[in-house]
Amino acid sequence: MSVQRAPVGPVAETASARRDLSGRRIVAKRFLRHRLAAAGTVALLALATCCFGASWIAPYPRNAQDLLTGARQPSIAHWLGTDDLGRDYLSEVLYAGQVSLSIGLCVAVLSTALGTLVGAIAGFTGGWAEEVIMRVTDLFLIVPGIAVLALALEGLGPSPVTIVLVLTGLGWTVIARVVRSQVISLREKEFVEAARVIGASGVRIITRHLLPNLVGVIAVNMSLAVAGAIILESTLSFLGFGIQPPQSSWGNLLTQAASLVGTPKAYLLYAPGAAILLTVLAVNFVGDGLRDAFDPQGRK
Amino acid sequence: MKAPVVNAQAVDGPAVEASGLVAEYRIRRRPGQGRATVQAVSGVDFSIGRGRTLGLVGETGCGKSTLGRCLVGLVTPVAGRVTLDGTDAAAAGRGARTRLRRQVQLVFQDPYSSLNPRMSVGAILAEPLRIHGLHSGRRDTRVRELLELVGLDPDHTGRFPHQFSGGQRQRIGIARALAVEPRILVLDEPVSALDVSVQAGVVNLLEDLQEEFALTYLFIAHDLSVVRQISDDVAVMYLGRIVEHAPADRLYTFPYHPYTQALLSAVPIPDPRAERARKRIVLLGDAPSPLVPPSGCRFRTRCWKAQQICALEAPALADMGGGHLAACHFPETRVVT
Repeated sequence: MSVQRAPVGPVAETASARRDLSGRRIVAKRFLRHRLAAAGTVALLALATCCFGASWIAPYPRNAQDLLTGARQPSIAHWLGTDDLGRDYLSEVLYAGQVSLSIGLCVAVLSTALGTLVGAIAGFTGGWAEEVIMRVTDLFLIVPGIAVLALALEGLGPSPVTIVLVLTGLGWTVIARVVRSQVISLREKEFVEAARVIGASGVRIITRHLLPNLVGVIAVNMSLAVAGAIILESTLSFLGFGIQPPQSSWGNLLTQAASLVGTPKAYLLYAPGAAILLTVLAVNFVGDGLRDAFDPQGRK
Repeated sequence: MKAPVVNAQAVDGPAVEASGLVAEYRIRRRPGQGRATVQAVSGVDFSIGRGRTLGLVGETGCGKSTLGRCLVGLVTPVAGRVTLDGTDAAAAGRGARTRLRRQVQLVFQDPYSSLNPRMSVGAILAEPLRIHGLHSGRRDTRVRELLELVGLDPDHTGRFPHQFSGGQRQRIGIARALAVEPRILVLDEPVSALDVSVQAGVVNLLEDLQEEFALTYLFIAHDLSVVRQISDDVAVMYLGRIVEHAPADRLYTFPYHPYTQALLSAVPIPDPRAERARKRIVLLGDAPSPLVPPSGCRFRTRCWKAQQICALEAPALADMGGGHLAACHFPETRVVT
C-alpha cells in the first residue's frame, strides 16, 4: 500500500472504489497476487493437462514395449529414457500420473467433505454426539494406518476405487479434529449468538457463519490431504499393496526403480520422484494462497 | 414501519415482565470433581413499561448480561417466567416462539466480534429479512433503508465489517437488530466498547430510534452516567439479585441500598474541587464467588451496616415510597454527591 499522506481527493476515491469490489473478485485478485500460489496453480494445471491428456500428448502409446532396445539413457527420441521393457519413460510417467492425481484429488475432496461435515456437527452440537464422534476419530488415530490399509486392500483388492475409499476412510479424521476445534472456538463468538437471536437455524449457522470462517483452514488441510494421499498411495504401492503392474502409478514406478540406486539406470527414479515432489509442492502453495486470499483482513 | 403495530389486547400490560427468574450455568471444575452450578441470576422480578427504558447496572459478573440473554432466548431460565407483551415466552408453541423472537432483539457489547467478518454489510442485514421472510422482492431497498436509519451511507452495503470503525460497526449491529422490526431491544453494554465521543452519538441514535418506533429498552451497562441519561428506571444488580429498582432520578438522588450508595460515590465528578471534597465509600474486598454466594443478604460480606439478621434472612425488595424498591434490612437514604 502506498504511504498515507493528507486525505487528497483522488487517493480516497481509488481506495473506496477498491473496497467496493465484490467479495469473489477480491479473493481472486489476492490469490493471483500470491506468486507462489499462482505458480503452483499453473504447475498443477500443466501436470493435470499432460497426464489426463496423455493419449494426445505422450510421445509413445501406452505400454508400447521395445524389448530389443531395453533400458536406455534419456535421449532426443526418449526424453526420459526407456525402462527395462523398452517403454518410453515419459509416456509411462504421464499415464501413471492419471492414477496418482485422481487418487490424490478424490481422496482429498472426499475426506475433506466427510471430515468437515463430521467435525462441524461434533463441534457445534457438543454433548454426547461430540463425545462419540471424537472417540471414533481417536480410534482411527491410534490404529496404525499402513497396517489397516494393507489388510483392507488385501481383502478388497487393490483397485484405484478401493484405494480411494480406504484412504478416505483413514484420512477424514485429521480434518474432522481440526474443524471441530475451530468450530468450538468460533461458536462462542458473538456473531453466532447474534445469528441465533435473529432466528437462524443450526444448519444456517453452520453453513453461513461457521464454515465460511474456516475456508482457510479447510483449504490448507485439503492441500495437505492431496499431498498425503499421493504419498501414501506411493508407500502402499512401494510395499506391494497398492496399484499393481501393469497398471502404474508414480508410487509403483518408484518401487520398480528402487533397486536401481547406484546403477546406471538410476535415472528411472528421478522422473516419478520429481513428479510427486512437484505435485505436492504445487498443491501446498495453492493451499497457502487460498488461505491468504480468503482472509478478509488480509493485505489488500 | 413508521407506525408500529401494537397488539390491541396487550396495550395496558407492560412490554416485558420477569418473575422469579433463575438462570444457571453448569461449569466443570477440576477433572474428577464433577460439575458445579453457578447461579448467574437468582430470583429476579422486574417489568418494563411499553416504550420505556430500564437501565440495568452492576459490576462485572453480577448476572446482568445473563438476564438480558434470558429475554432474547439465548439462555433458558431454569425457573421463573418471562412474559413478553402478555405472552409467556416458555409456554409458547414453536411458531409463536419464532414470532416472539422477532419481537425481542439484542445489541451486543463488542462491535468487533458480533459481526461475521466474512459477510458483507448487505448480507448481514439481509439475513434476518430472509430468515423471517420479510420484504421479499425489495430486500436491497430495505437494507439501504436500515443503513440510512442508523446514520450510515446506504451505498456501503458491499463493504465488510473490518472496513468500519467501532462506532459504525455498533450502528450496523443496531440496524441488524432493527431489521426484524422488534418491539423490545436488549442493549447489552452497547456503548462501553466505544470511545466517549462516539458513545454520545450512539446513545442519541438509540434515543431517536426509541421515539420513532416506540421501542422498549433494557439497557445494560456499568457506566452510571450513560444509564442516567437514557433510562426512565434503573435497577441495580448485585450477585444475581436486584437490590434496588427505582425511577432514574430518585435512584440517583436518594439511593437506599448501601451498594447503590457505594456505586454512586464512585462516579467521578467533573469538578475537581467537589471531587476532592466528597467522601467516597470504598468497599472492601471483591464480590464473593457466585459458586458459593453468602447466605441471607448477598451484599452483607462487604456492607458496613451488616447485622446478624443479614446473614440469616435475604431481604426482599420493599417499596420505599413512590415506586422506589430496595432490598435491605436497614434501608436509609443518603445523599451521595
